[in-house]
Amino acid sequence: MVKEIERAGIPVVHMCTIVPISLTVGANRIVPTIAIPHPLGNPALSLEEERDIRRNLLTRALKALETEVTDQTVFEK
Amino acid sequence: MLKIVHYINQFFANVGGEEMAHIPAEVREGVVGPGLAFQQAFKGEAEIVATIVCGDSYFNENMDEAKSTVIKMVKEYQPDLFIAGPAFNAGRYGVACGTIAQAVKDELNIPVLTGMYAENPGADMFKNTIYIVSTKNSAAGMRDAVKKMAPLALKLAKGEKIGASAEEGYMPNGKRVNFFEKDRGSKRAVKMLLAKLADKEFETELPMPDFDRVAPNPAVKDITKAKIALVTSGGIVPKGNPDHIESSNASKYGKYDIDGVMDLTEETYQTAHGGYDPVYANLDADRVLPVDVLREFEKEGKIGSLHRYYYSTVGNGTAVKNAKGFAAEYAKELKADGVDAVILTST
Repeated sequence: MVKEIERAGIPVVHMCTIVPISLTVGANRIVPTIAIPHPLGNPALSLEEERDIRRNLLTRALKALETEVTDQTVFEK
Repeated sequence: MLKIVHYINQFFANVGGEEMAHIPAEVREGVVGPGLAFQQAFKGEAEIVATIVCGDSYFNENMDEAKSTVIKMVKEYQPDLFIAGPAFNAGRYGVACGTIAQAVKDELNIPVLTGMYAENPGADMFKNTIYIVSTKNSAAGMRDAVKKMAPLALKLAKGEKIGASAEEGYMPNGKRVNFFEKDRGSKRAVKMLLAKLADKEFETELPMPDFDRVAPNPAVKDITKAKIALVTSGGIVPKGNPDHIESSNASKYGKYDIDGVMDLTEETYQTAHGGYDPVYANLDADRVLPVDVLREFEKEGKIGSLHRYYYSTVGNGTAVKNAKGFAAEYAKELKADGVDAVILTST
């Protein structure tokens, strides 16, 4: 799906936990996430802490979308 | 007697389904689950001395740790062969089987074998470096998988010469071996041409590599003015799953209006996905589809706007052809709606 969106001419960032799969399917902008059943949250934390994590990850996703890349890039930070 | 160590996931070990996918690796003496069918097929030539059981989520979320633990377990037994799976079309299981088999081969220098469906992401990742037998896409294909894997397993364990992929049943690994054909090239080419002209089946001797890569689009110039759309393969749908998106092998996707929706709650949204423990997403679907924070970003001016619709399907054993078709269709709509960028989340 990532590839088809990219093919349509829309920049896309893939947020997922298993980065090797994302690389294999051909995503170009990748942001690694927390865990498979809750990529953008962590039920072990308080709701506020969870929201902070989500804000951080999404801030990184926006940064990825604003960054020119020529090849597959994993945005670790 | 040849000694084999077998790796399987929590499901095939009968420990449990998704709710047990978080369990770390543990070792059991002897045969567990599908190992029994292998053991029978070995007809006394080989024995599964130990079975390592590990949760699929655990392995994929803690890859380095899981790898080193499993390698230590395998080493204890000094087996002649390591078998992982078969994983069929279970994505995390396939990636785990490929990763651990590769690691055992590299670090312990033991022959390894695994099996999975051709579309399992683990296949593309590892088929060029380890033997992966091509299986059907569900556990209903276990008998067939064992029938193909067991003879190859014995050959590998004995250190015998392995024939071509077409003879042994493993996925082509890109290696070429010189040999003499019975018929000369011109004759084979004419035969192939005649078959093609008659619309009959023929097999090319030089398949073209399948490099389906799409170059990255230019970056978004000003994200604070951009219209951002959300897409997910994590199966987030309005409560009740109005489009009846299947929990696996999805044949459709949903398009949902989130105009005015500030937060996804337990009462209003859920996941339809059957391939991960749904408890956390059902309690708070923002954990998969982060509408709440994007609304905050919208208000704070960090993004221009959040697109009115999000698109969702279940990425669980879903055929690549289907997923491609869904996305090709909704990407056109996104483009037409003036969406500048997409955030796609996966579980």
